[in-house]
Amino acid sequence: MSIIEVRTEGRRAVVTGPPRLNMTAAPQLREVLARAVAEGSPQIVVDLGETTFVDSSGLGALVGGLKTARQAGGDLRLAAVSEQVMTVLTLTSLNRVLRPFPTVEDASREW
Amino acid sequence: MGRQLLVRVLVVLTLVLGTSYVGWRWLYSVRWENWWIAVPLVLAETYALIDSYLFGLTVWRMKRRGDAPEPPEDATVDVLITTYNEPVEMVVATARAAVRIRHPHQTWILDDGDRPDMRRAAERLGVGYLTRTEDWADRPRHAKAGNLNNALFLTEGEFLLILDADQIPAPEILDRTLGWFRDPEVALVQTPQWFTNVTDSDPLGSQAPLFYGPIQQGKDGWNAAFFCGSNAVLRREALMQLGIVGYVREVEEGVRDALGASRRILARAARSARQHGPAAVGAVEELRAAAQQASVALRRGEPVGDVTYSFQSAADRAARGLVESDLEQIRADLAELPPAIDVDEETGVLLVDDEALTLLSERELSPLAAIESVRQLLRAVDVDRADEAQPMMPMATVSVTEDMATCMRLHTQGWRSVYHHEILATGLAPEDLGTMLQQRLRWAQGTLQVLLRENPLVQKGLSAGQRLMYFATMWSYLSGFAAVVFMAAPVFYLCFGVLPVQAFGLDFLLRFVPYFLANQILFMVVGYGVKTWRGHQYSLALFPLWIRACVTAAANVFGRRPLGFVVTPKTRQQGLSRFPLRLVWPQLLACTVLAVAVIAGLVRLWTGAASSEIGTGVNVLWVAYDLLILSVIFEAALYRPVDRVDEDSLDLSADSKEQIT
Repeated sequence: MSIIEVRTEGRRAVVTGPPRLNMTAAPQLREVLARAVAEGSPQIVVDLGETTFVDSSGLGALVGGLKTARQAGGDLRLAAVSEQVMTVLTLTSLNRVLRPFPTVEDASREW
Repeated sequence: MGRQLLVRVLVVLTLVLGTSYVGWRWLYSVRWENWWIAVPLVLAETYALIDSYLFGLTVWRMKRRGDAPEPPEDATVDVLITTYNEPVEMVVATARAAVRIRHPHQTWILDDGDRPDMRRAAERLGVGYLTRTEDWADRPRHAKAGNLNNALFLTEGEFLLILDADQIPAPEILDRTLGWFRDPEVALVQTPQWFTNVTDSDPLGSQAPLFYGPIQQGKDGWNAAFFCGSNAVLRREALMQLGIVGYVREVEEGVRDALGASRRILARAARSARQHGPAAVGAVEELRAAAQQASVALRRGEPVGDVTYSFQSAADRAARGLVESDLEQIRADLAELPPAIDVDEETGVLLVDDEALTLLSERELSPLAAIESVRQLLRAVDVDRADEAQPMMPMATVSVTEDMATCMRLHTQGWRSVYHHEILATGLAPEDLGTMLQQRLRWAQGTLQVLLRENPLVQKGLSAGQRLMYFATMWSYLSGFAAVVFMAAPVFYLCFGVLPVQAFGLDFLLRFVPYFLANQILFMVVGYGVKTWRGHQYSLALFPLWIRACVTAAANVFGRRPLGFVVTPKTRQQGLSRFPLRLVWPQLLACTVLAVAVIAGLVRLWTGAASSEIGTGVNVLWVAYDLLILSVIFEAALYRPVDRVDEDSLDLSADSKEQIT
């Protein structure tokens, strides 16, 4: 099982999504996101550059992270979304809530 | 296939005869001068004909599936046993059986009662034990749907077998059903519910062999097999997808409503801002511009996350000028106003109270208070759905019967459902009339809530067949009104000679009798080998309950009145020695009136006050039929369950199994 990588820098955190963000990886991601917020970095970019597969449980973890981040006065943004991931975002219409940014830098520009 | 052909022939025959009869009724035989009874009667007959059409459509292509393929390799399964207040021993018995299920799985007890005994029992059995997380404190709990939604985020299996606390699963339940999921579009496999504590005559009408048989098989033929809350396997991915789609929908609607409301409040605030100095004017203007921008961005289709984030940031900037003492005054002001946004206690549906909003926007609020109230408004409907325990609610919470609402959403998303006609779990039915009535009331209310909130006839993504299959079930719950008319019409004729039709003559009989007979034969053929009479009786005899369900569901949906949700007790209620007059007085009254009407009719015929033998004869037979239907409720009221030892109920379940298969 892959370990989800987190880089924190003050209030900001960049979380690298696992290659397969499915129902097995979802609880782990949820935990990682919650910990980042709890440790004082609620401005989170999830880098999906290495993620080639995502299912609805994976998206659920992202939504859960968004909620936690917002409640701590931060935000959660997606970056480097692959085609497969984009298809799932469109299918569930989650792209109407979460905008996918091309790169991590784009996602955190205003912060 | 011979039987299916016979069914179709009978369907066509019934519908042709029925249409010609009801057409003749409308065009030629309504006695308009007695419109107050004539029109209700012809409407009731039309209701029944539409019901026949929907039934005919249902049984038109019954799907008999047979065995499922082998289960998919490496399928991971969570078995979820939902409980709230059932006895610990009952849940333990179910959990023991669940552990013995052969296919690899993890068993969980979902204890909404959070009982220490239950937790200890689960530990002893070595099964998982889940209660609500702290997120649910002070938030809508959504009953069983909430219990399952909570567990969905604490478990990981690819498939979920859902069992009510009393439903004892067979060891082969997963081996027999999982194979249907080889089709990647299948989201649900439902198996029948069968009760072991029911006598052969089943006075409470607990078994539903017509539903868990021809009707579900018929719905399956239209890819509309229903989810019935228990004894069903679900695909996690499908539920999670519903959760995401539902989340997006709720967030979009909520933010749109809130922005609309905030515009009204801010317009008002701008007018009064001048009295409070340039700082206030500036702050309100800043916020108005932000709200304007947000509305435009939303309309342009920009993601709600971005829109709300920018707006929140702008609101924060605008409010930064406020000092703490101002804020306290503002909060005190706002506390006096009724909340503009509230959450329906039972369903958790976000209610934007237009009246309260108007009040909020019309009241002379200080501009700073306006800023604060707009922020509150936006906060309540931010993308975090702070009003709910979880942003995602995969199990639908719009209705007290979460199963039907969830299933309809699965179908709108393009998922398929399967009805697997084999008893693989057996449970306990209510054993007294009061409990049974509560259960039926809840089903009816829930179904009607779905009809009123998410009318299947206009849901995008459903096929015409699916729409009608959902509608058919909802339509059947309107039978209470027709039943009242079917009882009242002969009473008025027999007692006072009031004719609702032109004449009860030969013309009437020649059209009505063939339709009636064809309909009965159709039911006999469709329900061959199973007992359908009880269900037929209850669909009319419970008329007070069906009417109550319609009234309360409408009051709940349109007037936001509580339904009075009750968990159906799985154990017997105490104090059954007396006849439950309180529960059956409407039926008792109806029977008395009907009996008096027969006597009055015969007396009138004898004295010459009534002249038509056929008319009196038809109406007396009609009343006799009504009485036969109603008699079931007294049988049920007098029914006392016998205490049995376990072996007996096991034998019974073996018998019943043969009966249904």
